[in-house]
Amino acid sequence: MQRADYLMSQLDVLEAESIHIIREVAAEFERPVLLFSGGKDSIVMLRLAEKAFAPAPIPFPVMHVDTGHNFDEVIEYRDRKVAELGLRLVVASVQEAIDTGLVVEQKGRRASRNSLQTVPLLNAIEKHEFTAAFGGARRDEEKARAKERVVSFRDEFGQWDPKNQRPELWNLYNTKIHRGEHVRVFPISNWTELDIWDYIRREEIELPGIYFSHTRQVFERDGMLLADLPPANRGEDEPVFDAVVRYRTVGDISCTGAVKSTASTLDDIIEEIQATRITERGATRADDRASEAAMEDRKKEGYF
Amino acid sequence: MSPRMDILRFATAGSVDDGKSTLIGRLLYDSKSIFEDQLEAVERTSADRGEEYTNLALLTDGLRAEREQGITIDVAYRYFATPRRKFIIADTPGHIQYTRNMVTGASTADLAIILVDARKGIQEQSRRHAFLTTLLQVPHLVVAVNKMDLVDYSSEVFERIKDEFTSFASKLAINDLTFIPVAALHGDNVVERSVNMPWYEGSSLLHHLEHVHIASDRNLIDVRFPVQYVIRPYKSTDAALHDYRGYAGQVAGGILKPGDEVMHLPSGLTTTITHIDGPNGPVEEAYPPMSVTLRFADEIDISRGDMICRPANQPQATQDLDAMICWMDETRSLSPRAKLTLKHTTRTVRAMVKDVQYRLDINTLHRDEAASGLSLNEIGRVTLRVTQPLFVDDYGRNRLTGGFILIDEASNATVAAGMISNPLR
Ligand SMILES: Nc1nc2c(ncn2[C@@H]2O[C@H](COP(=O)(O)OP(=O)(O)O)[C@@H](O)[C@H]2O)c(=O)[nH]1
Repeated sequence: MQRADYLMSQLDVLEAESIHIIREVAAEFERPVLLFSGGKDSIVMLRLAEKAFAPAPIPFPVMHVDTGHNFDEVIEYRDRKVAELGLRLVVASVQEAIDTGLVVEQKGRRASRNSLQTVPLLNAIEKHEFTAAFGGARRDEEKARAKERVVSFRDEFGQWDPKNQRPELWNLYNTKIHRGEHVRVFPISNWTELDIWDYIRREEIELPGIYFSHTRQVFERDGMLLADLPPANRGEDEPVFDAVVRYRTVGDISCTGAVKSTASTLDDIIEEIQATRITERGATRADDRASEAAMEDRKKEGYF
Repeated sequence: MSPRMDILRFATAGSVDDGKSTLIGRLLYDSKSIFEDQLEAVERTSADRGEEYTNLALLTDGLRAEREQGITIDVAYRYFATPRRKFIIADTPGHIQYTRNMVTGASTADLAIILVDARKGIQEQSRRHAFLTTLLQVPHLVVAVNKMDLVDYSSEVFERIKDEFTSFASKLAINDLTFIPVAALHGDNVVERSVNMPWYEGSSLLHHLEHVHIASDRNLIDVRFPVQYVIRPYKSTDAALHDYRGYAGQVAGGILKPGDEVMHLPSGLTTTITHIDGPNGPVEEAYPPMSVTLRFADEIDISRGDMICRPANQPQATQDLDAMICWMDETRSLSPRAKLTLKHTTRTVRAMVKDVQYRLDINTLHRDEAASGLSLNEIGRVTLRVTQPLFVDDYGRNRLTGGFILIDEASNATVAAGMISNPLR
């Protein structure tokens, strides 16, 4: 911070904006919940929530939409964090939704549980009567997200209507909803991937190990490196090999690709990201490659 | 990576085909903010459509409808950074039917870029965009005269447009006005100074964006701290926290320091700041837009929606508002006696429309005093009466304590933006 001009660094400005949003929602909604996947964006969001209410505890629970296809390190991290902060964890399970026939598992080698998350997510919101769900999406991630509001209205079916969004002016957020409706709140809308990493470095935030370079058994599918773990359904014709990789995003094992990387520290990662020429989702998300409007369509149905 | 980098938020406005998308695509592309996979997707789409060049404009069209119709219908936010600054672009459509989108984008902008086609000169739309920029009090305005290649990079054309705009703008209170001749398609004066326009002595657009001084645009004089959230930890195991009572919020104006005497509104009681807790621990000063928690020497009954200020510098406490309103709802219009929810800072009240003083023709600035209401995208001056006092400043003095939104009580839609105006001005 430069004293003379009362300047704030970009990270301080982003942090202040996010904290304002989190407090605003906690003040105006009866039952907020924070969606926590154990990925870097939700980890940053959790840190911001800690700061927003310190020295008091975070005044809302966290929810994990569990595809059942998780990396062990991530679940371990989740449970440790939740215990450390004394939070209540709600798990919305995709496996349970499949078992009870709420959703049908996709078939074939490329089956992914990613799009199956919507139903358990909406059911949990309804069951626990959550009125606001914080998500860690960023507008730089994807075209449809670039247009979504910070406080984004969902109707009683959990649907997003991109053509009928509430205008958002200054730092004033419209938090009015009817019973049965809810909002998704994106406090880190204005952060970029690089901001997230800079912040993690500045705050010395611990991350699950899979974000750092490690040797892993992988195979190649559609130009992506997938971990050779059961959910990925490796075929006979997809040979396994050892590669030195890390993950740029954390998601369902069956559709989250690793990138070749020797970056083993935050400094290395930041250097690598500054040099990289491919977006986070383009490099690592099979689901978004399917079509140009894949995210928009999923979001309309109530996805994150 | 410089942690000192600050943020510039800017809005762009232009009529259809003035080259706004091309310009933004250029800024993103030349500052290396476009990734290979994004570029490939755009190249593919361009080729599919049979376009002979890669249409950089496609980089900025987010929603399917926009892609299909080839227009921009909503505010889209984009990000890029140079070693000096991080930039947030609010990309807003220019057509009159999207006035509300431009108003939204401009509400948080430090700077606005208005595009003008060099061949067409100043159009009705350009005037409207300039007016909206000043209505929303965007501190810096850039007029980018585009497609200079199509007028032989002529300095006369540029000067003529500049003169015309300047004479029109003298009627508006624009503090900082800059003209830059560009050819977005070819990159002239976008990132690098153009060799085709040696007569132009100013800086390139990006250079201007990187260097424009925004630190003093904030109000650092009038202390305004809307109380957002009361923090009371009560932890039975920690006696030190037992008496902790913090008032959290984002500083909307002025500079606060521990030891300062402050006043609480609505009570009018005064107390002293004992501590300011920032996101990373105690701080010695708080100023906009910091989010902090204040602690006071005295126990005063303070709740969300209250205001902290200085005893000798208070906002106006009032239930009667005189404001410029931009109506944003298509399903109904604003009319006298309508009751609405009003949100101002952290305070939400009910409001009744007492009077529509006039409707402004935003192209000609003509005031229609016979108007009885405002419909979608219309702007006018309105008197409101609210159920509880609000602590307000003139919007021109502080955008955060002078702006409010109106919410429909049945649909919960945000139906209007309001800017409080001092009736004496
Ligand atoms: N010759 C020339 N054409 C341009 C320039 N900038 C944009 N265009 C073209 O003008 C048309 C409209 O541009 P676009 O960026 O889509 O305009 P928008 O509707 O304002 O976003 C496209 O065919 C562009 O290629 C320029 O500097 N010179």
